[in-house]
Amino acid sequence: MSLSVKHLLGIRDLQRQDIELIFQTADQFKEVLQRPIKKVPTLRDTTIVNLFFENSTRTRISFELAEKRLGADTINFSASGSSVSKGETLIDTVNNILSMKVDMVVMRHSASGAPHFLSKHIDVPILNAGDGINEHPTQALLDSFSIREKLGTVEGKKIAICGDVMHSRVALSNIYCLKKLGAEVTVVGPPTLIPKYMAAALGVNVTYNMREALEWCDVANVLRIQLERQNTPLFSSLREYSLAYGVNKALLDSLHKEIIVMHPGPINRGVELSSDAADSKQSIILQQVENGVAVRMAALYLLAGERKRSLVE
Amino acid sequence: MAITIDRLCHQLIENHLQFENTVLIGLQPRGIYLSGRMHQALMKLLPGAHIDYGKLDITFYRDDFNQSKTLHVPSETSIDFSIENKKVVLIDDVLYTGRTIRSALDAMLDFGRPASVELLTLIDRRFSRQLPIQPDYTGRTIDALISQKVRVLWQERDGKDEVILID
Repeated sequence: MSLSVKHLLGIRDLQRQDIELIFQTADQFKEVLQRPIKKVPTLRDTTIVNLFFENSTRTRISFELAEKRLGADTINFSASGSSVSKGETLIDTVNNILSMKVDMVVMRHSASGAPHFLSKHIDVPILNAGDGINEHPTQALLDSFSIREKLGTVEGKKIAICGDVMHSRVALSNIYCLKKLGAEVTVVGPPTLIPKYMAAALGVNVTYNMREALEWCDVANVLRIQLERQNTPLFSSLREYSLAYGVNKALLDSLHKEIIVMHPGPINRGVELSSDAADSKQSIILQQVENGVAVRMAALYLLAGERKRSLVE
Repeated sequence: MAITIDRLCHQLIENHLQFENTVLIGLQPRGIYLSGRMHQALMKLLPGAHIDYGKLDITFYRDDFNQSKTLHVPSETSIDFSIENKKVVLIDDVLYTGRTIRSALDAMLDFGRPASVELLTLIDRRFSRQLPIQPDYTGRTIDALISQKVRVLWQERDGKDEVILID
């Protein structure tokens, strides 16, 4: 068994069996994380650089922890305070780092397609940790992994992706991942935040009515309103957005069944998700974060294995 | 094979009596069939005794991650008891180069510091060791060429109990 890809650039490139292999491997890493010594020596000869050209809390800590739990050496790079501000190009920056014998790259960038571009110019495996408004594959994997853990399977489940779908790389990766695993997906949000051709292009249902979507779904994945990516106003005010599309406990309680609430973080508390909903028993937000480490360990392990294999042959 | 397993059980009882302080750990993926059988047989031989039994996967501890042409997919590890100061009996089907057992020792030590560790294998392939590791209990000792493969088939997995030599 092995992955069909050399890099993890997006879920779009993966086959269903790739995703299942990652989950199967992550199950075992999750067990490793429960042990007294939460670390294995598998990647002790591997050095991984975390290139973060854009801010991150969870993803960066999660990747770094995953790398350390696999026994790898890590170096962290963030664009602020680096020579990027002096005008160094992306390829130059990365090639300089790779010449110091680095074996894998984890990368976040504000430009969509940055890791795809880089993958054509460098030889080592790249893991996309989020590129612009394109994809965030490990987040989608950990989201589906968490659904699978909670509901037993993803196949046939109904998932609502709520809110700022337009600017969300989490949404796009999630849609690819859920569809490949056989789930039904509905996107819901204000018309200005849902791309027009979404239904035809990706095979999802579209609705602009939050209650309707929540009544339909088993799981609601609530997205963050990405104000930093919105140059023109797309809804009149946060208050109005919150009233029409915010998820709170009263809304959850009024549904005819108990649904699961997810959020990729960071939460704008009181905007897309209220505190009483985020901290309720229906929320699996912290389990998502916990699973993130195991899923990232699995992705790193499998990609490192692919690379070793190609070096042997 | 049933007779051999029975004999191995009695040998274990000789040394561990009621298994108050002894635990069994079978190695994934193929050692667990032997360890499962032995655990059941021991429970029958020692009614009333409580014998802790776990499964250990060594995939992440292998020393050939660099060289292997196929990526190993991990199996389940379940050790839901402490091995601290226990006598551990590691159980695997075939002992060949000793590298699996080396990895297993590493993996096991991440769960705690046992009082002692013994090794039980159904088949011991003599003259092929690459590390200084020997079994404490052996089902059958065989000589096989390096080019040959020894495989133990199990009823639960393969439909019959048999040890075969593959050229």
